[in-house]
Amino acid sequence: MIAASNSVRVAAILASFFQGEHNSLHPAGPFSTNIEWLYWAIFWIVFVAFVLTILAFARASAKTYSRSEEMLPIMKNEEGDRKAKWAVGTAITITLLTLFAVLFMSVITGKKVEGMSSSNPVTIQITGHQWWWEVTYPNPQADQTVITANEIHIPVGKPVVILTSSADVIHSFWAPSVHGKRDLIPGYSSAFWIQADQPGTYPGRCAEFCGLQHAHMGFSIIAEDEATFEAWEQQQLQPASDPQSAETQHGREVFLTHTCVMCHTIRGTDAGSRVGPDLTHLASRKMIAAETLPNTTGALAGWIVDPQGIKPGNKMTPNPLAADDLNALVTYLRTLQ
Amino acid sequence: MAISEAIVLPQETSEARLERTWGRPRGFWGWFMNVHHTAIGVRFMVTSFIFFLLGGVLAAMMRFQLSRPENNAIGPDLYNQIFTVHGSTMIFLFAVPMMFQGFGVYVVPLICGTRNIAFPRLNAFSYYIYVVGGLLLWVGLFLKTGADAGWFSYVPLSGPEFTPGKRSDFWAQMITFTEVSALGVAICLATTILRQRAPGMTLNRMPVILWEKLVISFMVIFAMPAVMVVSSMLLMDRTVNTQFFNPANGGDVLLYQHLFWFFGHPEVYIIFLPGATIVSTLVPVFSRRHIFGYTAIITSVVATGFLGFGVWVHHMFATGIPQMSASFFTAATLMIVIPTAVQFYCWIATIWNGRLQLKLPMLWVFGFFFVFLIGGLSGVMLASVPVDWQVHDTFFVVAHFHYVLIGGALFPMFAGLYYWIPKMTGRMMNDLLGKIHFWLFFIGFNLTFFTMHFLGLRGMPRRVYTYPAEMDWGGLNMLASIGAIFMTAGLLVFMVNFFQSKATGKLAGRDPWKAGTLDWAVPSPPPAYNFLELPTVNGREALWDAAPNQPIVTGVRDDIPEVLITNSLDSEPQHKEELPGASIWPFLTSITVSIAFIWSIFSPWGIAYGAIPVVVTLIGWLWPRGHSPSPRQSVLEGKWTR
Repeated sequence: MIAASNSVRVAAILASFFQGEHNSLHPAGPFSTNIEWLYWAIFWIVFVAFVLTILAFARASAKTYSRSEEMLPIMKNEEGDRKAKWAVGTAITITLLTLFAVLFMSVITGKKVEGMSSSNPVTIQITGHQWWWEVTYPNPQADQTVITANEIHIPVGKPVVILTSSADVIHSFWAPSVHGKRDLIPGYSSAFWIQADQPGTYPGRCAEFCGLQHAHMGFSIIAEDEATFEAWEQQQLQPASDPQSAETQHGREVFLTHTCVMCHTIRGTDAGSRVGPDLTHLASRKMIAAETLPNTTGALAGWIVDPQGIKPGNKMTPNPLAADDLNALVTYLRTLQ
Repeated sequence: MAISEAIVLPQETSEARLERTWGRPRGFWGWFMNVHHTAIGVRFMVTSFIFFLLGGVLAAMMRFQLSRPENNAIGPDLYNQIFTVHGSTMIFLFAVPMMFQGFGVYVVPLICGTRNIAFPRLNAFSYYIYVVGGLLLWVGLFLKTGADAGWFSYVPLSGPEFTPGKRSDFWAQMITFTEVSALGVAICLATTILRQRAPGMTLNRMPVILWEKLVISFMVIFAMPAVMVVSSMLLMDRTVNTQFFNPANGGDVLLYQHLFWFFGHPEVYIIFLPGATIVSTLVPVFSRRHIFGYTAIITSVVATGFLGFGVWVHHMFATGIPQMSASFFTAATLMIVIPTAVQFYCWIATIWNGRLQLKLPMLWVFGFFFVFLIGGLSGVMLASVPVDWQVHDTFFVVAHFHYVLIGGALFPMFAGLYYWIPKMTGRMMNDLLGKIHFWLFFIGFNLTFFTMHFLGLRGMPRRVYTYPAEMDWGGLNMLASIGAIFMTAGLLVFMVNFFQSKATGKLAGRDPWKAGTLDWAVPSPPPAYNFLELPTVNGREALWDAAPNQPIVTGVRDDIPEVLITNSLDSEPQHKEELPGASIWPFLTSITVSIAFIWSIFSPWGIAYGAIPVVVTLIGWLWPRGHSPSPRQSVLEGKWTR
């Protein structure tokens, strides 16, 4: 009874080792699926190699083990060594062939994952900042370019091109469910594909150490069907709606007369700085501060007042606002759908 | 044999005379004047072990911080300093100084059968300069200006724009100090191995350990300049406004990575090969036979030395390097598995056809087999570009390289310590405490680091000071932190064992393991002159293969510190060389060089003005000492006694 419940518990713990959404072994698209297959293929090869080598050590030790306290005299075993030569030679040959197999599988998978073509795919420019992600959907017409932060919407089932760049130090873009990671390197620009085959939200994080708040530099990829995606895009293209109530008007006033405007943009107002995330549609996003806090009224207020307490070292200054100013500001920001 | 041309001088080789010639200088300043390799080797080991314990304290602090999600015990600023100093300490101040310099300097001249290392003053200088480099890094940490850009200090994060202040400068100059030290020792060891081997120890009979030290010395000589160049370029970017790594002015941040890893990957083998060396030395001793596949093992070691320089890009797969070029480095990385596999198979064959005596050092060798095998095999997985894209810079990699480095260096180090401490102190270590140490450490290690494979696959990136509870990484992290407690307990047991056995342990005698190399032909601990009678060698294992009337070398003077120089290939006596004796100048020079290096952090003029005292001390160092007739002329005065 106890043994049974214990084994259930152990099984649950073991299963939990592989759980989680942000997980290389939970692929949601063709790229990550290919990589997962390759991972398990190589895993089983090295697992067999491990077992065989350990068995050889165990056999050798058990065969020749001596309990003697004194050190034994030196021996010779020429007959044994002759046999061992063959055994070692065979083992080396098998090792060599296995390594070739690994190389072959790896290169083939690499080609599959890299070689991709699609006419007129959705292209997204990701720019790494300390410590958030600028997300741009470039368009030849400037007023058709969507700019947002930390939340990447993509159409489901279609390959999407990611263009990389960095505004400061090296970051690394990594959403394991859709693909492996790619560094965002200042002075370099590269491109790669991602694709998600099921609608859903796929978390990602920065994988290259980038300074104080490397730990709090998350993003999410939201895969949705074509229609929803296009609706989202259209909505993001709109400028911010004008405040309707007295309180939200006051909130906008607070925004425009405090340090907020030094860094942030709200299209449709005079705020146009590109240092921090674009807030035009802040309320449409699920999380704030690069996936650090949920986008709720309380969290937003806390973040505005004390960003350094929540994410020490980040570039946003504390804003000790009067209570009614803060309430108005948060209410206004919450209207920016 | 051409040996018959060699030397005989008057037969008064008295211990007293040798003791007077080679004896350690006395007094407070005598400590700083000592240039004998056993003293310097032990200092390297003790100092690097202290740095290992300090680095371990930092590791424990990290495990404490990460044991729970959203833990507030350590903030990001301190955490970044901790992991940077932990990594830098373990690599630059512990692993290389312990495995290469420590063991090499202590053991190599003994196994060569000579009385001191070549260039003993350079060797002593290398020790002091290493200590200053280590202190620099740690003083920085205690002054709250600890380096915080990672042990690799990638630009632009470590550059002038994103790390103002002096933090990265401390790191960059620490690199210069430790690499000067490693280069100095590499030159001393390579020269000792090539020119000071006992007559008869031809290249073909050289013990595996000497071959490996020779290969590693050359790897150090080729790899270390790359990192000194790159850390100096970083320093110049930071202090004199060069723009090597500033993309805004045409600099290139990837150049830094290429240069760093061109050093960084050979460095892994500079750390691992000494471990493999110890294993190749211990396996035959505790299997009571000559090593199986001597030629195969030597070839593998040499091949590793070359291949190690062709794999550096596998640290950079995620930078967007084209698939084709990346695949080349996958192939090279997989290729380096082969020489390592050859060594593994030869060790198995040695045990298979020998008689295994599982003494304490051999227990640690078995720990090495298990742990390093896992690390090597997860390395096969990492060699694949697509797999690397997923697990790169996650805890999977943290697990991998701790299996490789702790498996490849720390387990062999403890094997080597349990094996050679009786030689160094003259007393045996306690067997039971040693076994307790092993099992605590082995279990704790696997608990901590095997768990990290799962954390990495589940997406936990490296170098994060905390993580959100929603990610569900808390349980595994707690498990990993518990493992650290076991490891700490194991280390405490080792310390107790060391001090207890040093005071009251069983006397070891000359050769407690009945081993085959020449280090066991001298008393434990070795006298200041190492060998009363200089040995000759008749086979790969000098003591096992010695003829009943194995000759000794005579004619090397005992009233001056003289050694026999043999030729590189056949180790036939060529001439005698008087080695420099005890001197304060290496220490003083290390002080003046340190002043120049540290001054240069604060002002580029530090190099210019700081050079003046360096020149003064070098003049003191190189001042000619009028001594006996030129040793080169007394070469072939006598004949070899057979």
